[in-house]
Amino acid sequence: MPESPKTIIKVKNLTVGYGDTIVLRDVSFDVGRGEIFVVLGGSGCGKSTLLKNMIGLYRPRAGQILYDGQDIVTAEGVQRRSLLRSIGVMYQSGALFGSLTLMENVRLPLEEFTDLPDPAMDLIAAMKLQLVGLKDFGHYLPSELSGGMRKRAAIARAMVLDPQILFLDEPTAGLDPITSAEMDQLILQLAESLTMTFVIVTHELPSIFAVADRVIMLDQRAKGIVASGSPAQLRDTSTDPWVRSFFRRETTPVAIQQEDRPPHE
Amino acid sequence: MKPFTKKPSAALPGDVCRILEHNEETLYLSLTGRLDASATAQLWTPLLNLVENIAPQLLRVKADAVTYCDGAGIGLLMELARRQLKRQGQYSLNGLKEEIAHLWSQYQPEDFLEIHSTRPQPCCMPEEAGRLVVHAWQSMLDMVRFTGELTLALLHAARHPRSVRWPEVWLVMEKAGVNALFIVGLISFLIGLIMAFQATIPMRQFGVEIYVANLTALSMLRELGPLMTALLLAGRSGSAFAAELGTMKINEEIDALTTMGLAPIPFLVVTRVLATVMIMPLLSLFANLMGLVGGAVVLLSLGYPLITYINQVKAAVNLLDLTGGLAKTLIFALIVAGVGCLYGLKTRSGASAVGDSATRAVVMGIILIVIADGLFAVVYYYLGI
Repeated sequence: MPESPKTIIKVKNLTVGYGDTIVLRDVSFDVGRGEIFVVLGGSGCGKSTLLKNMIGLYRPRAGQILYDGQDIVTAEGVQRRSLLRSIGVMYQSGALFGSLTLMENVRLPLEEFTDLPDPAMDLIAAMKLQLVGLKDFGHYLPSELSGGMRKRAAIARAMVLDPQILFLDEPTAGLDPITSAEMDQLILQLAESLTMTFVIVTHELPSIFAVADRVIMLDQRAKGIVASGSPAQLRDTSTDPWVRSFFRRETTPVAIQQEDRPPHE
Repeated sequence: MKPFTKKPSAALPGDVCRILEHNEETLYLSLTGRLDASATAQLWTPLLNLVENIAPQLLRVKADAVTYCDGAGIGLLMELARRQLKRQGQYSLNGLKEEIAHLWSQYQPEDFLEIHSTRPQPCCMPEEAGRLVVHAWQSMLDMVRFTGELTLALLHAARHPRSVRWPEVWLVMEKAGVNALFIVGLISFLIGLIMAFQATIPMRQFGVEIYVANLTALSMLRELGPLMTALLLAGRSGSAFAAELGTMKINEEIDALTTMGLAPIPFLVVTRVLATVMIMPLLSLFANLMGLVGGAVVLLSLGYPLITYINQVKAAVNLLDLTGGLAKTLIFALIVAGVGCLYGLKTRSGASAVGDSATRAVVMGIILIVIADGLFAVVYYYLGI
């Protein structure tokens, strides 16, 4: 990763919430081009809400989310569509269309957004499925597959248009350790070969250590970022006992405050 | 560029792809610039046509001037390799930039000789017919099994009324019954009105307009009141049951109930069936009344006083007509709620599955209601009701 990568996403003074609840208040951070950026935090801290705001599904209460200088919050019409095209999203549950086969699911964005001929779309979709190890399952319906396979197919669909930024919501949750490690390898490979930027919401520690260039850690009580840096930095040097205990997989932050325990990893 | 292609309409975009060398055995191409989805879309057909026409033994591609290559571009390179492999020719790709070469190295042309894109279709009519028969047989078995389980659960509920979750029964009665009053009332009123109005014209020719009251009363009480109520409930509540239980099935709520030791049929189906059975006769009674009101409006407009209409109706129908009609609604209610719940529980996964279940529940509900109504007609005829 370059020393100071050019910023691709700039989040400025973002406040998000739903109903009467404010989840995150006045949050700012940058994501560099080609960076693998991980959003981390305990359950209910607003990771997914932040993600849904960043991909334009929800409208934030205040603040800006700039993609190469263009604000997705205020963008409309053609500008919004082209912004959305430059991002791919894998949802937590996969969100594959149940009435379409895997191949048709992966092909769908190609059919809608490119002029490629039919055989080309078939081949490209098959190649994306091959990347996630599902080439022989192209003619299966999502309901005939396991959760992990659906998740991998969803990644194939999210990246079929080669977006600049890929948002992954819990990509490795629910996968076995080997597939999970393969997924991490895949993410690294894509980031390297396509200079794709990844924004990953996860709390799988092995994945974070395997792929993350930078991590921000959200906290429910602080309603914002409590720590940011590389995973190793957070584990070793963070002064926040909660952050350190998270990275050391310890159960109670109090235990950390009492003495310095050796890290588990 | 030499006109190699047989289809000059799809010319090779020269700024992206050029032919460096071409002889009987070898085709040497060079690719330049960005190989993204739009460039690939332009290049795909003409380039493949060209290669197909020449069918070279060796296809060489020089790609050192490719600055960017995404999945679509890699797809094109792969398609060239795949075709060479299929015709047992050779393929050499060189000069790829390191990061693109890295991406290219993820794939092997041998993996893509066969691509399955859609579901395998049934091969022929016999196979399809066989599937249909097996499916119909399975559905029938399901229905028999479900009817048995439901009967046992209802018997159990009759012996132990405290085991029934009555608050849910009231709730379903409100949703399926009270909230349906408006539509049931409106439709029945209009049916009574239309039937009376249509009957008036031929009756007038014989000077017996007053018998419109007999016709309206008899057909509403014996037939149309219960039938229309049942059909409306099949459309309104049968589908709702199927969708609700279907969504619960997809969300694994039904599995959760089962593992808690709560069988879904007593827990979910009995409440709905009881509520529907209790509310349908009442709704049907209301439908009868509204149908009679519709008939009254027509006769009033013809100048008959209301008391004449009421007396005529009283003379035309007896209590047996009314109760015979209401008795049918009990069976109709069983059908509507039972079929709705059965299809709900049979829902497979996927968003469209819930819609399919609701549709099937309504269609099957209506079919069974009409069949049951026909059977009732025969039975009542022999019983002299």
